[in-house]
Amino acid sequence: MLSLSNLAVARGGVTVLRDLTLSVQPGQALILRGPNGSGKTTLLRTLAGLQSPAEGSYDLPPDSVAYSAHADGLKSTLTVLENLAFWSRIYGGPPIDHALKALDLVQLTRRRAGELSAGQKRRLGLARLLVTGRPVWLLDEPTVSLDVASVAMFADMVRDHLKDGGLAVIATHVDLGLPEATVLDLDPHRARDIQSTGFDEAFA
Amino acid sequence: MKALLLRDLMLAFRSGGGFGLGLAFFFLLSVLVPLGVGPEGGMLGRIAPGVLWVGALLACLLSLDRIFALDHEDGSLDLLATAPIPLEAVVAVKALAHWLVTGLPLTLIAPGLAVLLNLPPAGYSWLVLSLFLGTPALSVIGAFGAAITVGLRRGGLLLSLLVLPLYVPTLVFGGEVVRRGAEGMALATPLALLGAISLGAAALLPFAAASAIRVNLR
Repeated sequence: MLSLSNLAVARGGVTVLRDLTLSVQPGQALILRGPNGSGKTTLLRTLAGLQSPAEGSYDLPPDSVAYSAHADGLKSTLTVLENLAFWSRIYGGPPIDHALKALDLVQLTRRRAGELSAGQKRRLGLARLLVTGRPVWLLDEPTVSLDVASVAMFADMVRDHLKDGGLAVIATHVDLGLPEATVLDLDPHRARDIQSTGFDEAFA
Repeated sequence: MKALLLRDLMLAFRSGGGFGLGLAFFFLLSVLVPLGVGPEGGMLGRIAPGVLWVGALLACLLSLDRIFALDHEDGSLDLLATAPIPLEAVVAVKALAHWLVTGLPLTLIAPGLAVLLNLPPAGYSWLVLSLFLGTPALSVIGAFGAAITVGLRRGGLLLSLLVLPLYVPTLVFGGEVVRRGAEGMALATPLALLGAISLGAAALLPFAAASAIRVNLR
């Protein structure tokens, strides 16, 4: 479903990753590992369509991606329910009850997002993925500020998603408890010689 | 898209959403100008069209940087850009929400403030009509400026510098409609041009703004 061929991605005009050729089938998870600055986020943003590849290409079915970034995109003055209902309406996805249950947010629906703890916010951000109804999840450090129980909850959520024929690309440093997932170490793909493409993005 | 419009309106009316800020500014300006200019010689009535239009324009400017900056800070803009709605529609809806929260209320309270500025009674209806036709252009042009400055820290001042020159045609024709209306002169030409600016801006600028956002998100 997702295939990369010779993909190279650049951040700020500098190529950070190159020669990425792989494919991920429905039901599979791909875990990206690599030190800070190795280009995990850049790769995910490229796949999400927020920036274009520096070289090579990738193939994804149209309108299949749900992207989850470092920031959760929550509005602090809206309640948990309003935040989630908004994304559900934008995507026209499945009803939100399931998402609230899957991430244990049922007790918090009337609370404003600004009053939640960091972990609860993260859970709400992850619940958004379930209401998108999209098959391809691109997750950037999804477990930041989650406790052990919540990480397990998240792993269950990903496992259910894979069982339903979805796929997930996850950049993370922690062990998610997903032994079936393929791990891709980005270190061999790093662009060793930091070279500018000689091309100013401002004039692109 | 309706969901996005409702969310933006809800955010504007919730605490800290900034609704009323522009209105209060417009009100204060209209109260302070008569105090500064003084009552003699019918001066106030003559400058009233210009003062009201400049006031509306500055009041609009106050809340422009919120259009995209807040969504950029909390990450919603990235998510909206990957959502099934085209980015052009996101820009158009956000400009519409800005107009509903700023331009429309300004239009509605303007006649009350025109009393303070001693605008001749013949000009009242033209004031409302000109603001109704002209303020959408202010919101759309503003959304374009906000899209260009979205990634910048403290982009607010740069935004004003970018956007104010683009507001000049709207200001010129808007003020002209009210002045001519107040003096009972023919005003079809400036009125038509004012409407044309709004329609042209609403038709073209969402595309320009969406490309600016795409570049800024890279």
